[in-house]
Amino acid sequence: MGEAIVVTSGKGGVGKTTTTANIGTALAQLGKKVCMVDTDIGLRNLDLVMGLENRIIFDLVDVIEGTCKIHQALLKDKRFEDLLYLLPAAQTKDKSCIEPRQMKELINELKNEFDIILIDCPAGIEHGFRNAIAGADKAIVVTTPDISSIRDADRVIGLLEQEKMFETYLVVNRIRPNLVKNGEMLDVDDVVTMLSVDPIGYVPDDEEVIKHLHLKEPVAMNHEAKAGIAYRNIARRMLGDSVPFMNLYETNDGFMKKMKKMFGIH
Amino acid sequence: MTITKRNIVIKGTKDGLAFYLDDTCSLQELFDELEEKIEYNPQQFLTGPVIPISIKLGKRYLTEEQRVTLMEIVGRRGNLLVKSIDTDVITKQEALIDKLSSQVKIVTRTVRSGQVLEHAGDLLLLGDVNPGGFVSCTGNILIFGSLRGSAHAGCEGKEECIIAALEMDPIQLRIANIISRPPDEWMDTITEMEFAYITEGRMAIEKINQLYKVRPDLGQITW
Repeated sequence: MGEAIVVTSGKGGVGKTTTTANIGTALAQLGKKVCMVDTDIGLRNLDLVMGLENRIIFDLVDVIEGTCKIHQALLKDKRFEDLLYLLPAAQTKDKSCIEPRQMKELINELKNEFDIILIDCPAGIEHGFRNAIAGADKAIVVTTPDISSIRDADRVIGLLEQEKMFETYLVVNRIRPNLVKNGEMLDVDDVVTMLSVDPIGYVPDDEEVIKHLHLKEPVAMNHEAKAGIAYRNIARRMLGDSVPFMNLYETNDGFMKKMKKMFGIH
Repeated sequence: MTITKRNIVIKGTKDGLAFYLDDTCSLQELFDELEEKIEYNPQQFLTGPVIPISIKLGKRYLTEEQRVTLMEIVGRRGNLLVKSIDTDVITKQEALIDKLSSQVKIVTRTVRSGQVLEHAGDLLLLGDVNPGGFVSCTGNILIFGSLRGSAHAGCEGKEECIIAALEMDPIQLRIANIISRPPDEWMDTITEMEFAYITEGRMAIEKINQLYKVRPDLGQITW
């Protein structure tokens, strides 16, 4: 029996889809059988980020409406043997055409087959959000260190608590160490204190993420990029490894050396 | 002939007149006698300048309707102004509200953005109030945590209420009808526990160790 984890944020554009894609990739690299479910119906992106768009035949709504079997809709990412699958969202339909109850059934069915199910949540706190969290056991809340995204994350954590979901982890995304150093951006510690939720990873703002989006390949596949390392560390923490949080404020050189040391590559 | 028992005793006090109404006779008898006293009393003290009246009902409970009738009878003399109607009995419901609002309610949670925590009475919150969160109380608000959202103490008009927090960094504070926006009105550099209170119609912030001077009878029963 696997577990379902919803990746959510409230605010749009903070990196939910990127986080889902990268954590999913990293988990598959660590040998887990992962299924990513895109619930952003009408604005699907996860398939693009993974480079699987051209293989979509059926989607989430087709599965829920019974047009096809789950297996027909699941897309296998061939880069990861038999470990990484994607259930794409529908692009032409509307969020309101599925109900939280149906989502829950679907996720429960997937749990029989996969170790981890990552649910990519749409922005907002309306129907789409309710659908996405319906089947989830845990939540990863993504926020950036700016006040509006923190405020929305706080609201979402409150809503999750109302739904009796207390296992919530925080990913602080797009940290710019040089701004933090000058006091022009909130420090990760401040963000964590403000939200009073356990952090599971800090991801620095990294150009590599954008380059890899263009390549249609998650940055977690890049063993050099800081963001890639950050995402892989998140995946390891999710599996119970105690990985120290990376020091974001060192120079590039020292940082790489330190990371290599950490991984034992000299 | 019937034996006439005096059901109403009128006494003069320094605050006007006190009507002591008997609580064992029937209400109708009482009203009749009162009517008689008010309308046909030739005595001097029931005429002349406006006199404040307090009515003591003893162990008799009056419904809202009966109170109105009572006021109406007394009000027939224009110079009698009913100041208070006191009774020694209250309904169970009133007693419960009284009891609840005299207790300090303890809540352990984080009040997050978009959430509202309401309570009738005093509130002790063990946790933070995040920006966008709101705590509203008819009594005092005591927060063992950071107040980074908004709080409204004495929301039914009690100006003597206070808001205290370990870390006072609110978006907005309200006590009774007075609203304060911290950055405009007072700058905060202290990291000790502080409290907000109303003095001379304005909101003020002090360290918690000054509380005994500002509100010496906080939490005491006052009649």
